[in-house]
Amino acid sequence: MAAISIQHLDKTYPDGYHAVKDVSLDIADGEFMILVGPSGCGKSTLLRMIVGLEDISSGDLLIDGQRMNQKAPRDRNLSMVFQNYALYPHLSVFENIAFPLRLKRTPEAEVRERVKAAADTLELHEHLERKPSQLSGGQRQRVAMGRAIVRQADAFLFDEPLSNLDAKLRGQMRTEILRMQRRLGTTTVYVTHDQTEAMTLGDRVAVLRKGELQQVAAPRELYEQPANLFVAGFIGSPPMNFLPAAVRGDTLRLPFLTCPLRSDIAAEVADGQVLIAGARPEYFEDATLVDERKRDRGVVFEVEVDVTEWLGNEQYAFIPYEAPADIADQLAGLARELDSEQMRTQMVVSLDPTSRVRDGEKASLWLDPSRLLLFDPRTGRNLTLRKSSDRTPEAAAPPQRAR
Amino acid sequence: MTTSRRAQVAWAAGAVLILLYTLTPIAWMISLSLKPGDDIYNKQFLPTDWSLENYRTVFATDLFTSALRNSIGISLLSTVFSVLIAMLVAYAIARLDFPGKKLILSVALAIAMFPVISLIGPLFDMWRAVGLFDTWLGLIIPYISFTLPLSIWTLSAFFREIPWEMEQAAQVDGATPWQAFRRVIVPLAAPGVFTTAIIAFFAGWNDFVFGVSLTSTDAARPVPAALAFFTARRSSSSRPRRSRRPPWSSPSPSSS
Repeated sequence: MAAISIQHLDKTYPDGYHAVKDVSLDIADGEFMILVGPSGCGKSTLLRMIVGLEDISSGDLLIDGQRMNQKAPRDRNLSMVFQNYALYPHLSVFENIAFPLRLKRTPEAEVRERVKAAADTLELHEHLERKPSQLSGGQRQRVAMGRAIVRQADAFLFDEPLSNLDAKLRGQMRTEILRMQRRLGTTTVYVTHDQTEAMTLGDRVAVLRKGELQQVAAPRELYEQPANLFVAGFIGSPPMNFLPAAVRGDTLRLPFLTCPLRSDIAAEVADGQVLIAGARPEYFEDATLVDERKRDRGVVFEVEVDVTEWLGNEQYAFIPYEAPADIADQLAGLARELDSEQMRTQMVVSLDPTSRVRDGEKASLWLDPSRLLLFDPRTGRNLTLRKSSDRTPEAAAPPQRAR
Repeated sequence: MTTSRRAQVAWAAGAVLILLYTLTPIAWMISLSLKPGDDIYNKQFLPTDWSLENYRTVFATDLFTSALRNSIGISLLSTVFSVLIAMLVAYAIARLDFPGKKLILSVALAIAMFPVISLIGPLFDMWRAVGLFDTWLGLIIPYISFTLPLSIWTLSAFFREIPWEMEQAAQVDGATPWQAFRRVIVPLAAPGVFTTAIIAFFAGWNDFVFGVSLTSTDAARPVPAALAFFTARRSSSSRPRRSRRPPWSSPSPSSS
């Protein structure tokens, strides 16, 4: 058990590539921390700096208050699960799990006992005498986890452990990892590019972009109160819609609707300024299905639906719109960075599956404008983010989970 | 089923042909070695009279037994040192990035291609000056230096195939770099280590040029050189030559 404190960590490779830029992060004892971001954001590098496989260019790494920068990996007492598991092919499953204990010259009886305990946890009993090459992907994954839990490590580090499994197994193993972590209560740092894993597993999630920390928050806060345009676009599927929003006096003019500008924002923006408005697909509803009492809180507007996708439990409608060239460029750049390709500026709305909206028809949609997020197009900052003074204290400090 | 049966027969016939081709000379050697005295001129494959006389003679000759001892000892020692050194060098070449890495590899290859015979003269003088002439060490050193390049090349190819992560995992699991090397990398590279060891052993075992020029007495003369002396000394007699080439000796340049 240990708390990990990362203070102003920086990593520059000999070839000049600046992989991690001034990242500070406090991981509480027993916390499940997720590092997430698109490929090349430095999340794996950060993890490898914690475990000691990458040198730290500058900054401090503290584990339980002790500075670990210069310690070799073996002196940090951390255990790690690699993306391709890194099992030793010449050793049986038993010896693979026992390897860390053998290195410490643990007595044979204790080795047997502890490997058995780990095998119990991971249901590996019938495979103990086999070689890793005879196991399926999920079993290998479990052996790698067994090797991590067999010794009393201060923290577990996972480097995209589920990315080599198929979708169904991935879901099962995700639950398995969560259950194991909750039971052992060990501090865990988990690197992933999959936002489902990030949202379901983490006590808190740290979003990285090009080596810079964007936001550290509980999954719910990350979804509802993204700090900036990048986090807003990265978290959520289908992604948040970004619409140009022009300030006209005390109103906001969006492609399809005009709505009042929130008073707390008005002071920060100039008349005529163009902002980027963010609206999650589920913020919209089919106006004909909206409850009478609710209807007055929002605005109703007409759109031309291009295509609809009916999925049974929900329905997506795609609505193209025109955006000013500079905003469109910025949104295309953001889409590229998030590893997706935005062909045209369009809005995705998630409608009730009973909605009668069909392709190529006009439809009237409902939106509660108070839920709109507003971003500064230059800095990407979320203007509607509640100020730090009135933020919940748990967001600022690592949560103390009851155990 | 019939086609697969026919294929099986064809495969078996092919295998038998190849076995005959490779084993006949060896069987011929064994048969000759068992013919006593002038029986080697009996113009038939099998001896008329089975006898171990030749073996008794050859093992009673000091020239041969000391040569056998020298050959085995020198080849084994040079193999062990060559493989140990090559393992460390190849590991560094496969794992580390340092200036001059390419240079080391190409120089190693150049040494492997160097005509051995051109070194004999200088080496002979040098060894006599420093007192290494006609000693085991005097042969082990050239053997190591000529087998090292090939060993380094083979082993670094094997090491490069082993994923980095194996070693990193071992280090995170609590291994020192040396433990990671010995407990993870070496076992994984074992096939490569054996291949290299076999190549290095035969290079020493089969060598004739160094063996004949850098030795003068039984103190260090290896089998191929001793055999040459054997035939030279006994060529006037009708004693069988082939008997001094027991089946376990591999063909050497002295065979002509």
